[in-house]
Amino acid sequence: MVEFLWIIIALPLAGAVFLHFFGRYLREPLSGWLASAAVGGSFAFAVAAAMPFLQGGEHAETLLLWEWMPAIGANLEILWDPLSALMVLIVTGVGFLIHVFAIGYMHGDERFHRFFTNLNLFAASMLTLVLAGNYAMLFLGWELVGLCSYLLIGFWYVRAAPPPAAKKAFVVNRIGDFGLMVGLMIVFSAFGTLSYSGIFERAGAELTTGVATAVGLLFLLGAAGKSAQIPLYVWLPDAMEGPTPVSALIHAATMVTAGVYLIARSAAIYELSTVAQITVATVGALTALWAASIALAQRDIKKVLAYSTVSQLGYMFLAVGTTAYVAGIFHLMTHAFFKALLFLGAGSVIHAMSDEQDMHKMGGLLKKMPVTGWTMAIATLAIAGIPPLAGFWSKDEILGSAFARGGWFSALWVIGLVTALLTAFYMTRQWVMVFLGEPRWDEDKHPHESPAVMTFPLVVLAVLSVVGGLINTPFRLTLEHFLEPAFEMVSMQRPPEGWAMFALLAGLSVLAGLAGAAAAFLTYRQPEQGWRGFETGFEPLWGTWEGAYHVDDIYGRVIVAPGRKAAEAAAFAVDLPVIDGAVNGVARVVRGVGDWARPLQTGFVRNYGALLLAGTVTVVIWLVVGS
Amino acid sequence: MVDPGWYMALAGALFLIGALGLLIRRNALVMFMCIELMLNAVNLTLISAGRALNDINGQVAVFFILVVAAAEVVVGLAIIVAIFRLRASASVDELSELKG
Repeated sequence: MVEFLWIIIALPLAGAVFLHFFGRYLREPLSGWLASAAVGGSFAFAVAAAMPFLQGGEHAETLLLWEWMPAIGANLEILWDPLSALMVLIVTGVGFLIHVFAIGYMHGDERFHRFFTNLNLFAASMLTLVLAGNYAMLFLGWELVGLCSYLLIGFWYVRAAPPPAAKKAFVVNRIGDFGLMVGLMIVFSAFGTLSYSGIFERAGAELTTGVATAVGLLFLLGAAGKSAQIPLYVWLPDAMEGPTPVSALIHAATMVTAGVYLIARSAAIYELSTVAQITVATVGALTALWAASIALAQRDIKKVLAYSTVSQLGYMFLAVGTTAYVAGIFHLMTHAFFKALLFLGAGSVIHAMSDEQDMHKMGGLLKKMPVTGWTMAIATLAIAGIPPLAGFWSKDEILGSAFARGGWFSALWVIGLVTALLTAFYMTRQWVMVFLGEPRWDEDKHPHESPAVMTFPLVVLAVLSVVGGLINTPFRLTLEHFLEPAFEMVSMQRPPEGWAMFALLAGLSVLAGLAGAAAAFLTYRQPEQGWRGFETGFEPLWGTWEGAYHVDDIYGRVIVAPGRKAAEAAAFAVDLPVIDGAVNGVARVVRGVGDWARPLQTGFVRNYGALLLAGTVTVVIWLVVGS
Repeated sequence: MVDPGWYMALAGALFLIGALGLLIRRNALVMFMCIELMLNAVNLTLISAGRALNDINGQVAVFFILVVAAAEVVVGLAIIVAIFRLRASASVDELSELKG
């Protein structure tokens, strides 16, 4: 089975190549179904290949596909262990549902097949990233998903907003990639190889704490870029300019979790540096709180979800920073379920409202679109951490682990608890604003339930959001046993032992969730003046939140404007006079010499003859007299 | 036997006439003849030196030079004829397109 694992990557890649060349000849839904089938096929294959891990006792296997640069350990090789298997299952499983949803959502788009080409290319790239057996191949996938993200954010490039958003995502990610690249160089100079097996087995013996800290922090910079953490999270909200299935697939469920995966994969390096662990956890917790507070006040239905995603990714960073890797990956999985569902639900709403995204102009949609409404309600409860839905179990495990680690992490636990309250508040606010209350939409809108091709993925994801958390409860730690082989060489933080502690911690987080949800429900159930008054009551804080703390302005003034100035100085003060001057100067000297020497060429044969003769005579005289 | 020095003097005189003609005359055909004169002046020195030193190599070299000169004449005359057909004149002063 393992020797055929390359099929998992090859199927979507083949789909992308085929659709790129022949997609235009296919009728509209066919290219979408083809792309979905490619990803679905990968999923089926991954399920079959992951079976040995479920039965237990199986260890990681690597499959060498092609020796690229064996001297530095950079080959195309697949590492098949429980961690990569789980990531592949998430990417292909959720990816398949989103592909199917997109068939309905992208209906009527004139570049329908191109969309699925890019979507399939993304799936292949993401699978390359998670299946990589060394850092070089991981980096390859890392850059490829960045490219696909760029292509898909800017998919509607004729509109005004998407191209700058795509560019922003690309440039901000470049800052993170710089960190990852320098980190990889340090790793290479320390071990002489980029292969996972070569690094992780020797890390404990050969890596000093200082180097491990440097690598850990540089990897964190890379992960912060890809996974939208402070200070590089600013691209993700803008990335919502892409089509909604893209937001669901790339900017919620899969690509943005690559940073979490990177840190979890590099657990053996983080194991050696407490400083790096604390930094990762602190960045995560602060991002969680920061983004959650921004999400409170957003009006755009997708912006709420975007900031919510940043916030939830912060939870995952908190988890992996606490070395609760299983909890982080667990939350990654449950988040993929309910956040993909929320995005697809939002997409369904936007679709029904003919591209309206302002929640102030929605309301009362539950009667018009019951399937979307109820599935989104499930996702809202799941992310709010209401038991027994998926989000409760994973979030509680993260918070419990942070609490159990103690010390500085206790403070992070408090932040996480506050964030849980805010999360419940803003998600409930969104759901009530969109689905309950009086209709506030414009006269010309005629909301309607989406077709089955769109509601089917919603229902499947809703079921997963309900039961997905049950695979790793304190009663039955299936996921932990599943992932154990991948983390057997590192020490892992676990939630506190004992039922009393569990009940206390879970009770607190459920209380926070319920309080937030109830507050939002009661506030936004009121008529419009009521909740508008509630929001203005928080001024000027509310405006600051709605403006996302004006971070974009600050970055624009502190980083972008000076950068632009420096670029202009380099272009007009250095490049033009110095570089261009040197090049043009050489040309001018040559031309001057030519002008001076040109009259020598008179064009008269006799002049040349006389010179020739004079030269000959001179040589003869010199020979005769000189010798 | 005549003193070889006279042959050398004659060759030098012929070479000088050829060189002066080349510099002074404008007709391409005449200039070409002057070049031939210079060439044969050199041939004369080779032959007389070979005779004076009793060495056959001087004459051998002249045979080779004559053969090559015959080929050169063919090419040179062909070029002059082509120029004449093109411009109805053989004056080299009109052929000054390479002037800088």
